[in-house]
Amino acid sequence: MGAQIMFYILATVIVVFSFLAVTSRKVMRATVYLLFVLLATAGLYFIIDYNFMAGIQLIVYAGGIVALIVFAVMLTEKIGDKIESPSNMQMILAGLISIAGAGVTISVLLGHDFKQSTQNIGQNVATIGENLLNYGKDGYVLPFEVVSILLLASMIAAIVVAKRKFEN
Amino acid sequence: MYDFSKITGAIHNWLSSIMPDLGVIITEWVLIGVVFLAFFALLGLILVYAERRIAGFFQFRLGPNRVGPFGMFQTVADTVKLLLKELVGTKEADSFLYNLAPYFLIIAALMSMAVIPYGFNLVAYDVNIGLFFMMAVSSIGVIGILLAGWSSNNKYSMIGAIRSSAIIISYELSLGLSSVLAMVLLAGTLNMNEIVMSQQAGWWLFRGHIPAIIAFIVFIITGTAETNRVPFDLTEAESELGAGFHAEYSGIKFAFFFLAEFVNMFIISAIAVTVFLGGWLPIHIPFWDGFNGIMDYIPGPIWFMIKTSIVIFILMWFRWTFPRLRIDQVLTLEWKYLLPISLVNLILMAFVVMMGWVF
Repeated sequence: MGAQIMFYILATVIVVFSFLAVTSRKVMRATVYLLFVLLATAGLYFIIDYNFMAGIQLIVYAGGIVALIVFAVMLTEKIGDKIESPSNMQMILAGLISIAGAGVTISVLLGHDFKQSTQNIGQNVATIGENLLNYGKDGYVLPFEVVSILLLASMIAAIVVAKRKFEN
Repeated sequence: MYDFSKITGAIHNWLSSIMPDLGVIITEWVLIGVVFLAFFALLGLILVYAERRIAGFFQFRLGPNRVGPFGMFQTVADTVKLLLKELVGTKEADSFLYNLAPYFLIIAALMSMAVIPYGFNLVAYDVNIGLFFMMAVSSIGVIGILLAGWSSNNKYSMIGAIRSSAIIISYELSLGLSSVLAMVLLAGTLNMNEIVMSQQAGWWLFRGHIPAIIAFIVFIITGTAETNRVPFDLTEAESELGAGFHAEYSGIKFAFFFLAEFVNMFIISAIAVTVFLGGWLPIHIPFWDGFNGIMDYIPGPIWFMIKTSIVIFILMWFRWTFPRLRIDQVLTLEWKYLLPISLVNLILMAFVVMMGWVF
């Protein structure tokens, strides 16, 4: 019962603030609306007891990505001013495309026969860690290592970029 | 051990007997919310009073001593003053974000308080990722600081906010690596309650010996930085920035920032106590069975508060001992010293746990 009430509250928050995030004409406010959407998504993960995923959602999206977006927005010009509203033609086209996209998504969601999962989704942090390092069947060691190499490459690239600017 | 689930269970049963399920859920939500808000406000009052008395003690003066016995009601009077003050804002500021910013800090602090175990089965939200949840939630506070600084439309607030977020984002790494990861390796769980229960044979600070002590020192330093206290208080350096990111806030909105800062200090101390110092478990000395028996009679929440107060006292001691650092010194300390130390310490801890060299 409590979970249902919270689900409807969070769902309303997600819908309302997603809409506000794309229609707001002030960049900083749009960022904050996006933050609310991401926080509410974390709340949904908490409802289904997938706490680790919710923690990741909070620390990566709410704490990391949004802070990064706020920094990026601060570097742009005239953040306090309202952005000019787009021309009517653009608005009509964008509206049509959005309706088409929403229609496709909703029809797929309604048409799909969802089954309740019987698999253990691994709420335990230890299980997630073991799965990440498992090289047997159903293991995730390959994607884990690929992502590690990507991370290493981007870290080295960041150092190189920062260093070159420093010398000039 | 006093089992608090008996009390909470009794309240739950009583509520279920007089109202339907939905009513019980909503009443319990409201009750827990009110209890935590009251605790939050009370904590703010006590900590501000303690800070001022301790400041007086370190500077050979009395501190507040006129309102009530030992000046105890000074902070109550200050709160009334703050509540009655006029709210002044800046004209060109984005008023929506300006008014919203304090709540980010307050909510982040309140959510962190929910997972702290105050006693046996006395925790509002017993989640299996407790420590990780705290780290995740506290990262929301940074956005509040950034928004407060930006939406004030004041260059000093902006500089304060950028400094503050730079410090918090960089020190979060060492805080997570030193405290969470190294101590979680020892305890083998992220659940706050289970971390406390795993220390029944002795506090992790002593049983983990060298790597645990290094982790504790790094944790205390980074914890001080996370709460923006001296020697890392250059975010609100009065002589150069006015008051930093909350310079343009007045009255109750300023009080929100002030309260969040003090409650964050409590939260950092509570994590230190839970992870390193045995949480709400009583002090036990090996082979002193009579002494241990007497200690067991003191309830857990009292032990928790005593230990937390001692850590808070150490943090306040720092404030009146160290001079303020410059921003480049602060960031050098983190990136060139604390982060490498905690990374090496993590490997050392993994080795110690693997070899079973734990008492």
